[in-house]
Amino acid sequence: MSTFQSARSIAASVSTGESSAVDIVSEHLARIEEREEEVHAFNLVLHDEALQSAERVDERIAAGEHVGPLAGVPIALKDNLCTRGIPTTCSSNILDGWRPPYDATVVARLADAGAVFVGKTNLDEFAMGSSTENSAFGPTRNPLDTSRVPGGSSGGSAAAVAAGFSAMSLGSDTGGSIRQPAALCGVVGVKPTYGAVSRLGLIAFASSLDQIGPFTHDVADAALLLECMAGHDPGDSTSIPQSFPSLSESLDRGVAGLRIGRIVDLPSGADADVVASVDRAFEVLADAGAEIIDVTIPAFTYGLTAYYLIAPAEASSNLARYDGVRFGSRVEAADTNSMYMATRGEGFGPEVKRRIMLGTYALSAGYYDAYYGKALKVRRLMAQDFATAYESVDALVTPASPSVAFPFGSKTSDPLAMYLCDTYTIPSNLIGHPAMSVPFGAGENDLPIGVQVLAPAMGEPTMFAVAAELERSAGGNHV
Amino acid sequence: MSDSATWTHEGFEMVVGLEVHVELATETKLFSGSPNRFGDDPNTNIDPVSLGLPGALPVLNRQAVELAMRIGLALNCTVQSCTFARKNYFYPDMPKAYQISQYDRPLNIDGHLEIADGIVIGVERAHLEEDTGKSTHIGGSGRIHGSEGSLIDFNRAGVPLVEIVSRPDIRTPEQARQYVNELRAILVEIGASDARMEEGSMRVDANVSVRRPGEEFGTRCEIKNVNSVRSLGRAIDYEARRQVALISDGEVIQQETRHWDEGDGRTHTLRTKEDADDYRYFPDPDLVPLDPGDEWINTVRSQLPMLPAARRVRLAEVTGQAVDSEAIATVVERRQDDYVVAVAEIGGGAERVLVHVKEAFSEQGSEPSVPAADLAALVAMEVGGELTSTQTKTLLGDLVEQGGGDPKAMAAARGFEAMDTSELDGFVDDAIAADPDAWSKFCAGDGKAMGALVGHVMKASRGQADGKAVTAILNSRKG
Repeated sequence: MSTFQSARSIAASVSTGESSAVDIVSEHLARIEEREEEVHAFNLVLHDEALQSAERVDERIAAGEHVGPLAGVPIALKDNLCTRGIPTTCSSNILDGWRPPYDATVVARLADAGAVFVGKTNLDEFAMGSSTENSAFGPTRNPLDTSRVPGGSSGGSAAAVAAGFSAMSLGSDTGGSIRQPAALCGVVGVKPTYGAVSRLGLIAFASSLDQIGPFTHDVADAALLLECMAGHDPGDSTSIPQSFPSLSESLDRGVAGLRIGRIVDLPSGADADVVASVDRAFEVLADAGAEIIDVTIPAFTYGLTAYYLIAPAEASSNLARYDGVRFGSRVEAADTNSMYMATRGEGFGPEVKRRIMLGTYALSAGYYDAYYGKALKVRRLMAQDFATAYESVDALVTPASPSVAFPFGSKTSDPLAMYLCDTYTIPSNLIGHPAMSVPFGAGENDLPIGVQVLAPAMGEPTMFAVAAELERSAGGNHV
Repeated sequence: MSDSATWTHEGFEMVVGLEVHVELATETKLFSGSPNRFGDDPNTNIDPVSLGLPGALPVLNRQAVELAMRIGLALNCTVQSCTFARKNYFYPDMPKAYQISQYDRPLNIDGHLEIADGIVIGVERAHLEEDTGKSTHIGGSGRIHGSEGSLIDFNRAGVPLVEIVSRPDIRTPEQARQYVNELRAILVEIGASDARMEEGSMRVDANVSVRRPGEEFGTRCEIKNVNSVRSLGRAIDYEARRQVALISDGEVIQQETRHWDEGDGRTHTLRTKEDADDYRYFPDPDLVPLDPGDEWINTVRSQLPMLPAARRVRLAEVTGQAVDSEAIATVVERRQDDYVVAVAEIGGGAERVLVHVKEAFSEQGSEPSVPAADLAALVAMEVGGELTSTQTKTLLGDLVEQGGGDPKAMAAARGFEAMDTSELDGFVDDAIAADPDAWSKFCAGDGKAMGALVGHVMKASRGQADGKAVTAILNSRKG
């Protein structure tokens, strides 16, 4: 469990003038100074910019203004979130030199709430990976054991919170890219309901699956951050046109009377220490008054296969715009087609190329029905199976990751082994439901284990109630 | 044109379907807020969506949907709930490397358009899509290959288009021309587009095949670069003859895209089926399905103006002229039929009003500068015998030149004194006295002799007498 100050406590003390935002941000910058070389959580540390915005927060508070619920809170942003005038790379060479002319909606909302951005965090190139080893700028190391990966693709954001570089961070989750690194780094990570958080300004990997979400030290901070960034955005057509439910009230609700499902036909493959933690979670929840109910979700096991057709298919189209014509890097060549090929050949890393090829193939004439079309059917089946399960339960609990943090290089030579990291997280993306990982217990080498809580669409209040209960029983709630 | 009814060549008939792209007359682009305006400085009407920048998201333009629905309803289509798809291909002026279009669920389906002689051309679909940017290739042939460089203007990127796809119901070049002319008249009437082929706001591609009547459809070739209605007729005539010649030589038609060369009057291979792109259509995950709903559809339907065909029928009824007469076609094409009806309502003489407007208002728009009351007064004087047709024509010219006026005062100013019957009777008496021979021949039934008598009257009255009135008097005298 991390021992850093919660964002709630920071915002409270900065808002009352008890501490200054500059001091808070300086402390975090000092920790970055101390350990960043070792961890490499960031592609870019916004040292001067962070101090300047902290100064402005302090000035506004001194002037008696109400700054917002994140006043002076240092936040790190995954480097696939657009920041106006600040390089945004997706950890790819192909975006070399590009500075977006706009802020992502979430960035603007957090800035409005008083947040201070301390840096842009490393990721697997274009969010494709589960270890942050696929970054063009080198891997991020797990702050809890630097011989191991932080998970991915939002490994930099998870590591930043785990190392105390920022009080909170934002990641994006397409198939588990928030929840898996949260589990591996011992922090809370949430993938919200699809459409709850605007994707405007999030550089797309797979648009129908991508959601932005928080990394925090505890469940209550996650509730706070999600409340600050969720809500309808007319700039994103897939944004849910209704207000986001309050979460803070759910935190102390407890689980008495809740029906929590155990998926009996869950795909196997989780390590014994992980399975033991999940079993223990069910015991704790039952002790707290929840009813544990066995359910089946037959389609769960097909999720991974469907995902690795749908996500690459969308990616092959989303990433076609990186052609060297308008922005980013360009490799000059004799004619336009050669320029495209040279630019993309040099600009993209091997995992990105692999997925572009997979996706292009899956959508090709003659193969569409057998691959992409069939994957869409699995997606519909998955939604049906979950809907059936939710007739008898309010939430589900599973492992977040099949294992604790693994050593560098242990899966890089075998893409399929790496893809299996997403087994338990993918279904929520396919059906657009919320899910979160909360630290619960420890495994091999005392490394943290994350338990995943799943809920139906817009079921975040229930999900947070369950996660808060698990956190209380694990002794992880911050003051 | 005389080839409306038939086109046959060595026993073959042509089978033609047209794909017509029209730019919609919206304020802003299909998926962003940049102005939709032709002729501005390059790259001034752009934004992150138009440029396909990372993180940008499309938001559908309601006005574009409404104009597209008008087109569908005017073409007797079923308007349905629909989806957007991505059409993937690389081209420098295609910012995202995909075009957002509609594929398996278009907005409008199953309509038709009636052209002359009761011939009905089916409309398969009319769907929404976005336009590309515009490339100018410098040096070389003006095409991308072999050019020294290309300049791209993204002002047009994202401009809303509707693609109207006819069924292969067209059998002659004249029918193709009539279809396009009628379609253009409808598009202008409903305010959907200015539909100018020369400016590219209306673009026509033709799918041409040939067969012996009653046989299955032959292999078709798509003809592009047809830039006027006249060229359309020439291009499909050439292409159909080319195909007949090939078949007659025992060759097989290859499905391909061909380029019409206005200069040499031929079509040339642009790309064969083997070179055709695989567009890898799939549902655009950035957009949600569009369901216009009955209420909106009915509102749009109720707001449709009277269409050109109905306008011709109305004008025929008002004027007593044949519905397919040139005067009616011309006046409706100029959108001056409302004016003709308004003038006739004031003072009658609808047939004369039609003739005058057709002859004298060719430079005027749909709202002529001559006030309806002034033209009505002039026609009333003409019909009432106060003016000869020659005088009427002169005064009509004055009215057009001066943008209106009081015809009575204008007649007086020109010295066109109305002659009362007694004065005319005097002139007739004089004429009979002067040429008794002609009078007796006229009375004996020799119609030619009347000319001499009328000539006397005209000479004596210095052209002021109304020829019709003189004829009437002579006839009544004859008994």
